[in-house]
Amino acid sequence: MYKVIERRMIVPNLHEFTVQAPAVAESIKPGNFIIVRPDQYGERIPLSVADWDRDAGTVTTIFMQVGGSTAMLARLKPGDAIPTFVGPLGKETAIDTFGTVLCVGGCYGIGSIYPIARALKQAGNKVYTLLEARSSFLLYWEDKLAKVSDQVLVITRDGTKGRKGHIDKIPEIMQRAGITPDLVIVNGCTFQMMRVSMVTKPLAWKTIVNMNPIMIDGTGMCGVCRLSVGGKTKFACVDGPDFDGHEIDWEEFLSRRKSYNPEEVDPLRRSSCRSHF
Amino acid sequence: MADEKPEKKKLDLSRRAMPKQNPWERIKNFDEVALGYLTRTAVEEASRCLQCKKPLCNQGCPVGIDIGGFIKCIVDGDYASAIRKIKETNALPAICGRVCPQEEQCEKTCVLAKKEAPIAIGRLERFLADWEAAEGKIEVPPMAPKTGKKVAIVGAGPAGVTVANDLIILGHDVTIFEALHECGGVLIYGIPEFRLPKAIVNREVEYVKSLGVKIYTDFVVGKTKTVDRLLEEFDAIFVGSGAGLPWFMEIPGENLNGVYSANEYLTRVNLMKGFRFPEFKTPVKRPCRVAVVGGGNVAMDSARTAVRLGADEVHLVYRRSKAELPARAEEVENAEEEGVILDILTLPVRLIGDENRWVREIECLKMELGEPDASGRRKPIPIEGSNFRVAFDAVVMAIGNSPNPLIPMTTPGLEISKKGGIVTNPETARSSRPNIWAGGDIVRGAATVISAMGDGKIAAASMHKYLMNQE
Repeated sequence: MYKVIERRMIVPNLHEFTVQAPAVAESIKPGNFIIVRPDQYGERIPLSVADWDRDAGTVTTIFMQVGGSTAMLARLKPGDAIPTFVGPLGKETAIDTFGTVLCVGGCYGIGSIYPIARALKQAGNKVYTLLEARSSFLLYWEDKLAKVSDQVLVITRDGTKGRKGHIDKIPEIMQRAGITPDLVIVNGCTFQMMRVSMVTKPLAWKTIVNMNPIMIDGTGMCGVCRLSVGGKTKFACVDGPDFDGHEIDWEEFLSRRKSYNPEEVDPLRRSSCRSHF
Repeated sequence: MADEKPEKKKLDLSRRAMPKQNPWERIKNFDEVALGYLTRTAVEEASRCLQCKKPLCNQGCPVGIDIGGFIKCIVDGDYASAIRKIKETNALPAICGRVCPQEEQCEKTCVLAKKEAPIAIGRLERFLADWEAAEGKIEVPPMAPKTGKKVAIVGAGPAGVTVANDLIILGHDVTIFEALHECGGVLIYGIPEFRLPKAIVNREVEYVKSLGVKIYTDFVVGKTKTVDRLLEEFDAIFVGSGAGLPWFMEIPGENLNGVYSANEYLTRVNLMKGFRFPEFKTPVKRPCRVAVVGGGNVAMDSARTAVRLGADEVHLVYRRSKAELPARAEEVENAEEEGVILDILTLPVRLIGDENRWVREIECLKMELGEPDASGRRKPIPIEGSNFRVAFDAVVMAIGNSPNPLIPMTTPGLEISKKGGIVTNPETARSSRPNIWAGGDIVRGAATVISAMGDGKIAAASMHKYLMNQE
């Protein structure tokens, strides 16, 4: 069993979740994910890692409450124990001295882009971090990210903070600031990663995305996480989760990701609303 | 009269049948299909054994069980000695009695096989294991004094558990690292409940634990810690990390929704208990018309699972003829009894989806059999222009898998085959690195439970020699 150190909602629907897992903390790297099971009946849920403390043996993730299983995670309290917290899984994000790197984060990806930005900064890159949210109240960890970035840029859909608009504005924002990134790394929802890849493709800005398909074992056995990259079938759990965003068949990926939506939402209808908070 | 020769025992060629759940009942549940021998039937079956002076049956057993010996004990009514005899060489009798392909092994070499009535060795093995469990007194074998040597085992599947059993008895300190949240490997995630109840797998794993084997679940060797990191703490490592990525046919449409690998389909149902959704939270679809592509035991398991999940029609699509089906005859028979339709000499060439990217049809070619190929089976040849389309709303690809990539990817200096498996010396199961052994699917690709256990036996013997400096 793994002890829950912290679980709190940091912005509506997004939870910061810290678990005691020394063996995982010892080997985890930016871009890895872990798999968690909230109880003995629960699904195996893959979550990108957002931070860790090797000395304390803890690992932190940010997750969004979507369906029944994440609702169970969202009910955990410090001191509770969960049966599975396994990792690190997937290949880590390739960290090197690239020059100027643009890190883009949205949703839970604002959390998981943090260790990537930190490692890139340590490797001597110029790091720009761009966060996107629907509104300013959905932003978090700006202070943490500011410490590991040369500059933090913000886009909000409603203009309550930073530039008003959509993630599509990235090229415009970057050009206005006079920055041409050597590499773009995106962690966020599928739609955001797809949009960024689409706008950076004509500019030939190499774009790495951290894919988040449905998974079961997460160790290279079941094959549910497959996606088409450059016309070839790849398995996100062992070949990824990082891939070249310009090579991915996004339409296929989006539809595969949605294939269990009815079953995911169904358990919510069966339980009382109150229990989710 | 004293000088009269004893009457020659008349051959009893009536192989005793094992009771099964009726097909019309069992398609509505996930309970075990075969019900096992009653004591009386077991003794009758055992009494048919000729007790050959030079038995051939045990030569057909990958782990070399003293088959004649344990059968003799059954005839004598001494079941405790019988099960003890099996456990001398096989730690998992309840499992092997159920899932070993005996017709290809011990029962094939049984002398009575010539009369088409080999002794039902598997059923007797199962009878004894279940008898022991029902008695509730699981005997622990004599243990050698502690050697102080530490062994790590990667994967709590049939290979790993066999190595653990053999080495702990020899006095070594044994720790198993299992990636999933439950032990058993393919016995848990792959083979369905109706063929091998999970309670039985858990029972056998508990037995090995009771011998003192330590097991860590949720520990992915290669990721949580690498093999080399473990070698800082352990004297030797056995890698039984099992199956890896599923193979697909590489035809258009395989990434449509509703197309599953057998690994995914079976893992959802068996390990994650999707058939009990929403009590268990992992969903599994319940489509109406299911096509399973392939002809092995995994294909049969997938098809029979689809039947139990309520499909109206389940087809098994196979490119050769019925005679070439690699699945056990017993499983083919069970599947047919349960209504699975065999579409033989049929090759899928394309999967066709709807506007929402869900699979709706398969386009196939008819095949005919040509000359024997490298495998000795007649080669299927497509009949040109025979294309036809059939409606399906789910397709399960059960055409095999490669060895798991995690250990090969993260262990430098390990010789890896073209197919991605760890290369071992078949006589010792040792890899190209002197303190790493391997066996089961990580070496062979998709093989059987008993061959994995056979590898485990060979590895354990070689590891013991190494650990005791007897090489």
